[in-house]
Amino acid sequence: MTVAVRVIPCLDVDAGRVVKGVNFRDLRDAGDPVEMAQIYDAEGADELVFLDITASSDSRETTYDVVRRTAEQVFIPLTVGGGVRAVDDVNRLLRSGADKVSLNTAAVADPTLLQEAAERFGSQCIVLSVDARRAPGTPSGFEVTTHGGRRGTGLDAVAWAARGQQLGVGEILLNAMDADGTQRGYDLELIEVVRAAVSVPLIASGGAGQLGDFAPAVDAGADAVLAASVFHFGTLRIGAVKDALRDDGRLVR
Amino acid sequence: MKAAPSVVVLDYGSGNLRSAQRALQHVGAEVSVTDDVGAARECDGLVVPGVGAFAACMAGVRGVDGDTVVRDRLAAQRPVLGICVGMQVLYDAGNEHGVETAGVGVLAGRVERLHAPVLPHMGWNTVTPAAGSQLFAGVEDERFYFVHSYAVAPTGEDETLAEHGESFVAGVEHGVLSATQFHPEKSGAAGLHLLQNWVLSLS
Repeated sequence: MTVAVRVIPCLDVDAGRVVKGVNFRDLRDAGDPVEMAQIYDAEGADELVFLDITASSDSRETTYDVVRRTAEQVFIPLTVGGGVRAVDDVNRLLRSGADKVSLNTAAVADPTLLQEAAERFGSQCIVLSVDARRAPGTPSGFEVTTHGGRRGTGLDAVAWAARGQQLGVGEILLNAMDADGTQRGYDLELIEVVRAAVSVPLIASGGAGQLGDFAPAVDAGADAVLAASVFHFGTLRIGAVKDALRDDGRLVR
Repeated sequence: MKAAPSVVVLDYGSGNLRSAQRALQHVGAEVSVTDDVGAARECDGLVVPGVGAFAACMAGVRGVDGDTVVRDRLAAQRPVLGICVGMQVLYDAGNEHGVETAGVGVLAGRVERLHAPVLPHMGWNTVTPAAGSQLFAGVEDERFYFVHSYAVAPTGEDETLAEHGESFVAGVEHGVLSATQFHPEKSGAAGLHLLQNWVLSLS
């Protein structure tokens, strides 16, 4: 394989503003997702993920505007997720300038949504976001959670990822809820079991804390590595993550 | 000062066209996104975009008479740039799940599913530019952003190649007909440079 490992920063966006924004020296407004996206782009991000955590549906208009302004200025792929409930939401995000849309809770409630979206817009732009946590008693040992990890579903996470692929999604964004926020490294076991079950690209998310955390996730089977807080808070810079991967013999851009 | 080259991004209902429009504007073109056949015939450069399924894109292209416009433009030596599935539909045919769909047919070859352990081929990959490539001048060693599961096997013509599981055509430069399997509008500075090479060739 000659394709590079993708390093992807994730921005939590609430009513058009970045949550947990940091003060990079070169950033005028840490709360502006568009400016933040430009900084990440300049630092070598291979893709961007916006996670819309806006609670009120009125503020969704702001999200479309943010996506529109970002797509006009940042020429790398942009995935948008959070609160996507219907095929029409997918359409609006794509038409606003998103390259891919990720579905999570709504897809668990109605899996045919994945199929409809993939058939209408193409697999390449539909991402299944799986929030998985350890749950003894499920066949794989991991269950799917919804509502940002607050609700267990009893659904086996590995079986769900495989089902998503069957329904036509082009990529899996795998969030390890147990590792999320711990900065103790990715959940390698979770990555391995999901990798064994799917052949679409896999983005590992949750747990990145230091430069040495990224290569093991790639070895476990991730095609891309995503992180939020370490980039937000400036603990790690994207360039440094890529240098570490390169020094470790992985292909990066 | 000479007027900026006019570029039309053919709007036949396929995906995100905003990025292509902005990227081309960024490198100096006067860009409109339209399904207007007259504009598509008359502009200095026509971009045929495309994401998703070959059959759906081809139906969309035909729906706006894009196939005729492309053939007429090439006959009149007017530049055309196909991007991703917009490149694929320029070939003779595409085969998806055993169903064959005829393409515009201005390039000889068939679009088939890639053989690779992970599909879609998604991410930044290297290319081997065709000898004397104008499109890749200055960005020969850069990576470009790909997202596709189907491609054309090398035809033996002088073409730009890339590899994912197997070798495939990543770029075509046949006279006024250019095409890329990757998304230059999503390939950061390298992609903008490539688009600029194309836009400069229009004037």
